[in-house]
Amino acid sequence: MEDQIRNILKEHGRLASDAATLADNADLYQAGMTSHSSVNVMLALEAEFDVEFPDRMLKRAVFGSVASIRAAIEELTAA
Amino acid sequence: MPPAPQTSTRLDAAHRIGREIAAVHAGDVDKNARFPRESIAALRDEKLLSALVPVELGGMGMGMMELSTICTALGQYCSATAMVFAMHQIQVACLVRHALSSSDLRAYLQSVASEQRLIASVTSEVGVGGDTRSSICAIEQTQDRFVLAKDATTISYGEHAQDLLVTCRRHPAAASGDQVMVLLKQGDFQLERTSSWDTLGMRGTCSPGFKLTSSGHVSQIVPGDYGAMSSQTMVPFSHVLWASLWLGIAIDAVARTGSFVRAQARAKPGVVPPAALRLAEVSNMLQVLRISTHDVADECERLMSSSEGNEAMLAIGFSLKMNNVKIYASEQTVAIIQAALQICGIVGYKNDTKYSLGRHLRDAFSASLMVSNDRIYAKNASMLLVHKDP
Ligand SMILES: Cc1cc2nc3c(=O)[nH]c(=O)nc-3n(C[C@H](O)[C@H](O)[C@H](O)COP(=O)(O)OP(=O)(O)OC[C@H]3O[C@@H](n4cnc5c(N)ncnc54)[C@H](O)[C@@H]3O)c2cc1C
Repeated sequence: MEDQIRNILKEHGRLASDAATLADNADLYQAGMTSHSSVNVMLALEAEFDVEFPDRMLKRAVFGSVASIRAAIEELTAA
Repeated sequence: MPPAPQTSTRLDAAHRIGREIAAVHAGDVDKNARFPRESIAALRDEKLLSALVPVELGGMGMGMMELSTICTALGQYCSATAMVFAMHQIQVACLVRHALSSSDLRAYLQSVASEQRLIASVTSEVGVGGDTRSSICAIEQTQDRFVLAKDATTISYGEHAQDLLVTCRRHPAAASGDQVMVLLKQGDFQLERTSSWDTLGMRGTCSPGFKLTSSGHVSQIVPGDYGAMSSQTMVPFSHVLWASLWLGIAIDAVARTGSFVRAQARAKPGVVPPAALRLAEVSNMLQVLRISTHDVADECERLMSSSEGNEAMLAIGFSLKMNNVKIYASEQTVAIIQAALQICGIVGYKNDTKYSLGRHLRDAFSASLMVSNDRIYAKNASMLLVHKDP
């Protein structure tokens, strides 16, 4: 899952640093992600993991780091 | 919760200042594109520049709802006065909601209350236009001092404010969206005017472009990141207070139109003037604008009072709502004034009658440009690709 997330960030996050080596808790917004690119990341994650993020999850903090994205996907796929 | 006992007195004060001072000078302020100094001085005398500053720091501790009604009141007399007042409050709101953990910035807010200091906003920048969420300029820090230069497209009342609140990147290598807010106090900065302000409307806001150069102490950087401040404070306060004052402009237009139609009715009792039907229509539009503005002001005030509420303000659903209120109010204000003009006809079109609506219309046309509605629509379009609940 980790690799899939990092690949999506690499492709859609518009990050200044390499998504593959970014620390788990590194702030993606500080790394260059904008609200616009975060929407593309969300769309790609929904497609990749076949999930729909409920509106309560659509906030900055949930998509703020690799770790927080993984936690959100795990919550949605656990059910 | 019943309103605080002072509530009506403060609103009364705003109406008194509006009627006795702002309205008297509004024509001259507009004609000469000059700062509404008389009304801002009167607002200072009432200590209204520290309306949002907490009581323990010497302010009024006012909430969003009451401030919204005050902006609406001022908008009925002089749009420029109302806009200067609203923009100042937006800056104070950012400091009150995000800077209280800093003792220096707390002390600064105390001085806003005791000295009634006026703060201008420096978000727009040459190269990024109205996209407040990205900056080109950056803080350059050496030990505990920084320098900051910004090529600003528009700084309202820049030449009349004591202090500035500026958005910029956190450091020279930071991403364009990795921003902070910096307070610059009188003496910290120089402004070199780069353009004129001979505009269609909102002329009294005196908002030309400036090249800003500054230096200061790192304690003047508001702690935290601007992204969250923008979602939780800058955007909601801007959109609600702007909508509130635009509502005020529309209210005055409808009031003028009402008195025009009543005069027609009195001239021929027994016959309902044809324009009365159009007045009914405009009154309907005004009511919806009023309800829409009050509804979001009320919701913001509730959300801001709890930590879950503040968390909810970071969600996409809240941003969509805040953006929609701005788009709606900016378009509807123009539509209402235009409909009012159609009713008053030539006496509304003339600039020297008691039914004149030219200034109202010219001022209202700024609303959809003040952060371009198309930019905001584009943001909403993007968010709606993932947001589900309509
Ligand atoms: C009365 C008034 C007072 C103001 N006071 C201040 C102030 O004190 N401080 C301050 O910082 N700013 C202030 N502003 C805002 C500042 O002027 C903005 O920069 C300005 O409104 C936007 O400038 P622009 O229209 O040239 O540029 P842009 O925002 O770049 O827009 C130009 C055009 O391009 C389109 N466009 C550009 N990018 C996009 C996009 N991504 N999506 C869709 N459309 C796009 C827009 O729709 C528009 O048609 C004020 C504005 C007004 C009207």
